[in-house]
Amino acid sequence: MEAVRTNEAGLRRDEWLERLKLFGLGSPAILLILVILVIPVGWLFYVSFIGADGTFSLENYERMLKRKSYARIFQTTFEVSFLTTGLCILIGYPLAYFIAGLPNRIANLCLITVLLPFWTSLLVRTYAWLVLLQKRGLVNEWAISLGLWDEPIKMVHNMTGTLIGMVHIMLPFLILPVYGAMKAIDRDLMKAASNLGASPRRAFWTVFFPLTLPGLFAGSLMVFILCLGFFVTPAVLGGGKVIMVSMKIVSNIELFVNWGAASALGVVLLVSTMVILWIASRFLNLEKMTGGGH
Amino acid sequence: MTSRTNEALPISVRNVTKTYGPVHALNDVSLEVRSGEFLTLLGPSGSGKTTLLMVLAGFTRPDCGSLKFGDREVIRTPPHLRDVGMTFQSYALFPHMTVAGNVGYPLKLRKVPKAEIAARVEAALDTVQLGGFGARRIDQLSGGQRQRVAVARAIVFEPRILLMDEPLSALDKKLRDQMQIELRHLHEKLGMTTVYVTHDQREALTMSDRIAVVNHGRIMQLATPRDLYERPANRFVADFIGESTFLPVSRQGDTVVFDGTPLMHDSPPPEAASLLLMIRPERVVLSREGPREGVNNFAATATEVVYQGDSFLLHAALADGAQIVLRGAMRGANVTALPAVGEALTLCLAPEDTVLIDGGEA
Repeated sequence: MEAVRTNEAGLRRDEWLERLKLFGLGSPAILLILVILVIPVGWLFYVSFIGADGTFSLENYERMLKRKSYARIFQTTFEVSFLTTGLCILIGYPLAYFIAGLPNRIANLCLITVLLPFWTSLLVRTYAWLVLLQKRGLVNEWAISLGLWDEPIKMVHNMTGTLIGMVHIMLPFLILPVYGAMKAIDRDLMKAASNLGASPRRAFWTVFFPLTLPGLFAGSLMVFILCLGFFVTPAVLGGGKVIMVSMKIVSNIELFVNWGAASALGVVLLVSTMVILWIASRFLNLEKMTGGGH
Repeated sequence: MTSRTNEALPISVRNVTKTYGPVHALNDVSLEVRSGEFLTLLGPSGSGKTTLLMVLAGFTRPDCGSLKFGDREVIRTPPHLRDVGMTFQSYALFPHMTVAGNVGYPLKLRKVPKAEIAARVEAALDTVQLGGFGARRIDQLSGGQRQRVAVARAIVFEPRILLMDEPLSALDKKLRDQMQIELRHLHEKLGMTTVYVTHDQREALTMSDRIAVVNHGRIMQLATPRDLYERPANRFVADFIGESTFLPVSRQGDTVVFDGTPLMHDSPPPEAASLLLMIRPERVVLSREGPREGVNNFAATATEVVYQGDSFLLHAALADGAQIVLRGAMRGANVTALPAVGEALTLCLAPEDTVLIDGGEA
């Protein structure tokens, strides 16, 4: 006997309408991304293959390969990004660990403090570091008056200053996901490890740390990728001695009005970022394999 | 540590007190657990039973007291050096390790050779009927399977003491009943001294050699399941273990009197200022033909009758308004006609079921 199927068409239409409405909610953002991201990046890609004479050419990329200065710029960019990420891990992980161990109310207060820098302009923070770290700045004056060192130490307009500024700005991006991962760990797991015979140190390295790895990966990746395209801080605190890809792009456009060269740099930066993301995403699949999080 | 000639160890808790601010989580608790015994700490939430278990495991540091495993004083020994097995309410399985990784973890820490680890892990998994599950990930297991892995991990290093913190509370009833029997068999097979925490009185009665009823940080009574049920020390224990109704009774010379009528009772009443008559619903006999000989008779009126399939529940009011609950089997005359609400009945209580307990607030 055939089953009675009433209202089938109407119900299907309702389902459709519901999906359409959901799509409608997303459409402004989709449109925005299309207009301000996909089209300009496509144009950038196109321009990078146009030579000085206005025809298709690879000269922009060839120049990058031939000139030593470009290699150095990419090397500096990756060096700064690696070091910043590394320092953020060294400073941020213990801090997140400390905050995760606090009672909730105090922990929330600490997190607000961690996020506080986000509420001030990037430029203001960067210039603040310049004021603090310069030759006659607060840090040098205090250190000398306290007798820590005799001569003013050069802390800005070099790699040191750049790293100090970058780490300060990037730290929250690392701390938040790591803190989240730590908070998600069932406290009984550490008790179980201890009960089964693990010293506190063993329990940390065999249970706690592996379970925070997904958060650490996510945070480090975010910091690293943000660093790759960073401009303001290295420009101000590097004092022209730390030249990163973003700064070369700006000078290509502002000084030489060479859109082709600038675009090619942008493309290489974009592609290398995507390659890193792709490699990292393979690592992040570990998260599923190891059952990290819940 | 790895030899199989391990004897179970007795546990001796002496005068242990733990306060959180003004609250006594444990109030001068002393408890002797015999070697090889299955002892259950039973109590409502917040009674201190879990705190006591955490003191045994070393996760909670008491204010004062002594704790011995065998002859060894361990009150100041950190948890990782106590060498006791434990299962957690949340199972606490390591999500980043496989089943075999979890079970092998304590052996790895004890530097057991790899080949031996594999063999012992497999043996432990066999014991909990999870043979061949070693390569599974934890999130691929059902609740019951996780429970078994937790047990395997707790016994694989052959501790002489096993602590279990409400291990079955997250399982559904059917599985829980099955696991109760299984854990009991496991205990008989391995013979380690086991301290088991639960708030489920039926679970405690089913599994334990002895039960310690805990409330307000004190041990109210420590007895075998049968003694606990038949001869509770006070109203709290009687109330917590099984259902019961209480009637105030008074002492007149050598006899105990309820509502002007002397009671027949087999066991002597406790030395206490006030006495209560404890009535278990299943011990009351319903008589629809008036008072009987040789038993205590109570005239009552049925106020509520509930049909429950295998049995029926009857609420009856005595002359003074006190309520008695009776559970009767669906058998004989009751099958054809249950008492009607308002019907005058006689409730009979045999002298051996007439239990007098201390009525003071415990």
